[in-house]
Amino acid sequence: MKSFSYERADSPAAAAAAAARVPGAKFIGGGTNLLDLMKLQIETPAHLIDVNDLGLDEIESTDDGGLRIGAGVRNTDLAADPRVRNDYAVLTRALVSGASGQLRNQATTAGNLLQRTRCPYFYDTNQRCNKRRPGSGCGALAGVSRQHAIVGSSDACIATHPSDMAVALRCLDAKVSTVRSDGTRREIPIEAFHRLPGDTPEREHDLAADELITAVTLPPPVGGTQLYRKVRDRASYAFALVSVAAIVHRDGRAQVALGGVAHKPWRVETAERELARGGDARTTAAALLAGARPTRDNAYKVTLVERTLAAVLAQARESGS
Amino acid sequence: MKFDEPAGTNPIDQLKVVGRPADRIDGPLKTTGTAPYAHDRHDVVQNQAYGYVVGAAIAKGRIASMNLEAARAAPGVLAIVTADSAGRLDQGERNTARLLGGPEIQHYHQAVALVVAETFEQARDAAHRLKIRYAPAKGRFDLEAARDTATIPEKTGSGDPAETAVGDFEGAFRDSPVQLDQTYRTAYESHSMMEPHASVAAWDADGQLTLWTSNQMIAWTAQDMAKTLRIPRDKVRVMSPYIGGGFGGKLFLRADVLLAALGARAAKRPVKVSLTRALMPNNTTHRPATIQRIRIGAQRDGHITAIAHESWSADLPGGGPETAVLQTRALYAGAHRMTALRLAEHDLPEGNAMRAPGEAPGLAALEIAIDEISEKLGIDPVAFRILNDTQVVPDNPAPPDPDKNSDQTAPEARLDAGRPRRFSQRQLVRCLETGAERFGWKRRRSKPGSVRAGHWLVGMGVAAAFRNNLLTKSAARVRLDRRGRVTVETDMTDIGTGSYTILAQTAAEMMGVPLSQVDVRLGDSSFPASCGSGGQWGGNNSTAGVYAACTQLRRLVAARLGFDADASDLAFSDGEVRTASRSAPLMLATRDGPLEAEDAIEYGDLDERFQQSTFGAHFAEVRVDAYTGEVRVQRQLAVCAAGRILNPKTARSQIIGAMTMGVGAALMESLHVDTGVGFFVNHDLAGYEIPVHADIPHQDAIFLDEVDPMSSPMKAKGVAELGICGAAAAVANAVYNATGVRVRHYPLTLDKLVQNGLAIA
Repeated sequence: MKSFSYERADSPAAAAAAAARVPGAKFIGGGTNLLDLMKLQIETPAHLIDVNDLGLDEIESTDDGGLRIGAGVRNTDLAADPRVRNDYAVLTRALVSGASGQLRNQATTAGNLLQRTRCPYFYDTNQRCNKRRPGSGCGALAGVSRQHAIVGSSDACIATHPSDMAVALRCLDAKVSTVRSDGTRREIPIEAFHRLPGDTPEREHDLAADELITAVTLPPPVGGTQLYRKVRDRASYAFALVSVAAIVHRDGRAQVALGGVAHKPWRVETAERELARGGDARTTAAALLAGARPTRDNAYKVTLVERTLAAVLAQARESGS
Repeated sequence: MKFDEPAGTNPIDQLKVVGRPADRIDGPLKTTGTAPYAHDRHDVVQNQAYGYVVGAAIAKGRIASMNLEAARAAPGVLAIVTADSAGRLDQGERNTARLLGGPEIQHYHQAVALVVAETFEQARDAAHRLKIRYAPAKGRFDLEAARDTATIPEKTGSGDPAETAVGDFEGAFRDSPVQLDQTYRTAYESHSMMEPHASVAAWDADGQLTLWTSNQMIAWTAQDMAKTLRIPRDKVRVMSPYIGGGFGGKLFLRADVLLAALGARAAKRPVKVSLTRALMPNNTTHRPATIQRIRIGAQRDGHITAIAHESWSADLPGGGPETAVLQTRALYAGAHRMTALRLAEHDLPEGNAMRAPGEAPGLAALEIAIDEISEKLGIDPVAFRILNDTQVVPDNPAPPDPDKNSDQTAPEARLDAGRPRRFSQRQLVRCLETGAERFGWKRRRSKPGSVRAGHWLVGMGVAAAFRNNLLTKSAARVRLDRRGRVTVETDMTDIGTGSYTILAQTAAEMMGVPLSQVDVRLGDSSFPASCGSGGQWGGNNSTAGVYAACTQLRRLVAARLGFDADASDLAFSDGEVRTASRSAPLMLATRDGPLEAEDAIEYGDLDERFQQSTFGAHFAEVRVDAYTGEVRVQRQLAVCAAGRILNPKTARSQIIGAMTMGVGAALMESLHVDTGVGFFVNHDLAGYEIPVHADIPHQDAIFLDEVDPMSSPMKAKGVAELGICGAAAAVANAVYNATGVRVRHYPLTLDKLVQNGLAIA
């Protein structure tokens, strides 16, 4: 860990201002990922701005009947909120499938979105990794890639985004609210929040250095049967090999997002049109994974996406949406 | 005490304390966080500095240059140890690769430097400032590619021969009406014990080195440390009273303890070193992967006529094979047999013992093969195993009868003509029958894929368990003080197994005092040398050592109190010493001062006259998600016959822990090899998955009543590792029974099911 300075901000404006003032500053929420990366010197912030005291830990109803989730709301609290459980079950289901109870108690909404990939080549600083050291190459591409991305990847990077929560948010069309040191606010649709790796896998989002996430907003409830199916080698405490977040309506319409297959939560409109037209898991998965470029190690994910989607659609039918 | 004849009746047979499910006597220390583990020993010596180990960034090659300047100038840095500055080092008898590499690099994460600083954080920060340039060389990292270069290994670790042959395997196999010829693969596995390797080292002015560490084998470590540092053995003291798991990963001197000693010498003050989790899989040892070919020929009535088991593994030059064929020499009948170990060289980190080395991966393969041939024969796999039971060692033909021309005698007859070597105890059949009854085996459908519960496919599997009982010299000292307390001292270790408790039970039984009146002190090289903990040999041998010492102490007490020590009715019981005619309080013996005795158990040839093995049967029920191929274990049962069970509670913990590790081996544990770069990629507990609680819903263990007078005066045998031997195959066979998809490549991850025809409906 590099030496760093630390301050505790008391308002979003103050936090953003501090980030503008100190080059190389980073915000710290729960710290469940950032601190690990700092110990390995993969992250080397010169300054940490603690954002746990900004008053961003409320979940409030919005005027249009949606929900505004403060950036500092812990994963455990978000998953347990009765409004979330009743109206956005896919989000609760995704959250409780992630990490462990202890980590969920600590992890924040914004931090969950900003967590970095768990690619072992990213974590091992002896290895090549374009995300950690741009231009050094990708160790995973010719190495061990059982966990890695099959769609939206590039020759520079085949890492996945590890979040379960983000997959549910993608399915729900959430929006991410931010503020900058000059007071500028914006709302970023979740589909535009995470980037694909392209030639710049080190850039995972478009937030400015002084841009602080203040909230994640959910649109008014959409109903439907809301499911999150996470497939993994062990029953708990593992990242998804493949996950499917789905909201399935009686009329056959559905929103479907995938985790564990790409650099960001993966959702394809043509696939949903295919479903609405009466398509099955096979044709829908084919649309979801159009242009997939699996490696030898993770070719099974192509099959697994289709099968998991089939499981989710069958479950939705049984639930009688 | 020489143990060379079967044990007769002795004080242990009272079973007033031994054989009872006593709680761990060290339990309160553990549950209150006060057991002093190596890294927590802030109190033992003042002024401790911290060392941070730097692992090699390449798998093979040389260090071209090292620039230490920036690191040396970093805040708090006291010393930096490298191969250049460490002085001349020898290599421990039990290490394949050097523990401090450079300039030559033998494997990835081989230690190349230790940075010593005032604080851990300073040491870690400075370590990141080392500038090391490497000249990588081409290495060999692929077992599949190395297989063709494998040769017959010179040494097998266990001392067993690399090859055996009885009768005419090839001919008999060819003539068998039912044949199986399949190849199985087991994975590289990491011990992943909870406590990382950790040590504190301190030198005194006289050149005496004191080490507080976490190690299963105190005497080996002291010897190999002295040899590596080229100092006399008596200059090294090793203490390891509490150990947070080992599984074989802490059998040997490792980099943490050597570098702590070198760091303390360089910094001229005590140094503490622990390996980071990310360093452990590549820096230390692992269980080697295997490729195993098994051929079985059987008659239509189900009798095995020919069985062959060949295993390939790889290690660094100078290393040894994974002895995966050993159990096949003793487990099933069959007149024509062949086994062979093959060893290739590669440049991955060194392989070595991990929980039940040999048998764990060996049975993982063999017991799938048995399941497969049973199915070909249309015989229930429990019945097939019972049908092919043997009460003599089938791989051990007796010497030819001199009166006959043995060359013209059929192999079966030759075996009968000599003196076949019998097992001291063998209750495999009862294990299988008891387990089948308890597990509800008759509910199993023999046709795979025929039980469905919603989207789950349900199946049951069985496997035999086998592990040899190893006899090793073990010494102890016992003292009776004026207050009547008994103190046991031995360098035996407790790696979570329950050694403290069973040694206390043994001494309490022998001296006729309650368990609460016994203190046990372990893991100190200044105590008499024990067998240590490994290969499931610890329990039987270390208690037998305490038995021997207590026998001597009883003689001293008897003499002091005026009893005839050899009187047949002399008893130590309820704090008294008595015969039919008189009794005296035990404490009276120490009126004039404490009494102390030391002795060792040493073994004659009983383990040559009788094959000493432990047996068991594993049952598993799994469900497999028909869509995703996810396998979840629902129930596990192990039935064990392993001699006298000294403490059913701690023994049960050992068995269910090992069964859990069997689930890991079956379903998820695998160090993934990057065959280009040459390292284990998933080298932390996020990437190397082991079972979590949610993976283990229900387990049970049953111990058959057994006493084995051939094994020791305790009549006990090793038991712990029996819990993993066969456990993985029971799960694998259950997966087949559930799905009809036969996977022969561990672990049975879902990709291998969904890509091999797992049917959704």
